[in-house]
Amino acid sequence: MTTHAPAIRVAALAKSYKGLQVLRGVDFDVARGSIFALLGSNGAGKTTIVRILSTLLAADAGTAAVNGFDVSTQAPEVRESISLTGQFAAVDEVLSGRENLALVARLRHLKDPGGIADDLLRRFALTDAGARKAATYSGGMRRRLDIAMSLIGHPPVIFLDEPTTGLDPEARLEVWRAIRQLAAQGTTVLLTTQYLDEAEQLADRIAVLHDGRIIADGTLADLRKLLPPARIEYVEKQPTLEDVFLAIIGGGSAGAAADRSTRKES
Amino acid sequence: MSTTTHFVGDTAALTGRSLRHISRSMDTIVTTAIMPVAIMLLFVYVLGGAIDTGSTPYVNYLLPGVLLITIASGVAYTAYRLFLDLQSGILERFQSMPIARSSMLWAHVLTSLAANLVSLVIVVGVALLMGFRSSAGVGAWLGVAGMLVLFTLALTWMAVIAGLSAKTVDGASAFSYPLIFLPFVSSAFAPTESMPGPVRWFAENQPVTSIVDTIRNLFAQQPVSSDLWTALAWTLGLLVVAYAVATTTYRRRTA
Repeated sequence: MTTHAPAIRVAALAKSYKGLQVLRGVDFDVARGSIFALLGSNGAGKTTIVRILSTLLAADAGTAAVNGFDVSTQAPEVRESISLTGQFAAVDEVLSGRENLALVARLRHLKDPGGIADDLLRRFALTDAGARKAATYSGGMRRRLDIAMSLIGHPPVIFLDEPTTGLDPEARLEVWRAIRQLAAQGTTVLLTTQYLDEAEQLADRIAVLHDGRIIADGTLADLRKLLPPARIEYVEKQPTLEDVFLAIIGGGSAGAAADRSTRKES
Repeated sequence: MSTTTHFVGDTAALTGRSLRHISRSMDTIVTTAIMPVAIMLLFVYVLGGAIDTGSTPYVNYLLPGVLLITIASGVAYTAYRLFLDLQSGILERFQSMPIARSSMLWAHVLTSLAANLVSLVIVVGVALLMGFRSSAGVGAWLGVAGMLVLFTLALTWMAVIAGLSAKTVDGASAFSYPLIFLPFVSSAFAPTESMPGPVRWFAENQPVTSIVDTIRNLFAQQPVSSDLWTALAWTLGLLVVAYAVATTTYRRRTA
């Protein structure tokens, strides 16, 4: 394993469920320290890829390696290298946020689980809610706790399966912030999403999964080249409902809203 | 770093988790104990007078069967909790981590053991208030405890199968209904001699009768005779089969 090898390498991956072909030969590489978005509509096979990469499901054909380890023959090493945040935030509702974090730290065999938990509660602005049962958390808080749980032990590769599905716009921005922070620390992030703007906002590289195959793979600029060059048109820019919503609730997201409007004009 | 070396630590951490689930919903233990206590009250004060158990006080006669009913209703919660872990995705989260995979099941099994022991202590406590007395010494009590632990383990591994293969929450706990019913067609509440032919044959040859007779004789300081071996063969046999099926189901579900 060299440091230049990709963090994730998938080649000719195939999987079917009871005769239904979900993946028909998927290939992609994810460079170390980058954010890679797997874009596709519901049922495109995004979750299947994540489950195979996180050793929860065996592929029918093809190979997949994470952090240089083969997912089928070196599963324990893969599990040491990754962290999975599922589509439905899997936190223990009966435990408090702090207990959830400490439990994961203990299962990762780290020293001082309580200290690790306190530190993460602070980083994710959950200190005040730390002693409360996770069942009482809002959707955004749960997802933040969920992501905080995946950071424990500093795994080099993190899978985020539809991290913002079902979140309100404010919580969504919070999660985006957390993901950017992760990548800034050098963690490789594989993100699945059905939201185009999410991929556009976060990803260094975007792959479009359709009908069990990757039909496009590149940077946003690469993908733009697939279409004819932009024509200049003058369009009256009305604020979107999201812009208005975020502005009137004043959730520190005016910057992001402004950001979005300038991009739309270009 | 091998994951097997972490088995003990991982199981301890996960058992701590599920014990918290129980200590934060003590109602699950209370509801486990309520039905057996109600059955005990009904049989001792309403029906028991009509059942001829010779010189043995009826509460002494029926307690062993009531203890088995307690366990049968208690393990339903294990199936329920395991099913919820599977549905919520928390099981997947743990399985994508570098932990000993079987520790997840063992945590639920050990928690079931702890919860059932608390329920059993409550039921025995109520029986003592109702006049249950035993001359049994420490050794006999340990024998009773050992028998109950084995029975709990066997039923808990059956609960694991149910929890892993259920499609709905109700389905996860429904498997325990026949188990709760089984003691009624045994020597638990009435001597089998009073039953008609085929029923008597079934009652005398099903596992509950030998287990009930063993516990009853231990409490009464009587020799346990061949019942003990029949009881041990049944519980150990059930335990081994349930364990094998449960771990195979688990491996298949999480391939």
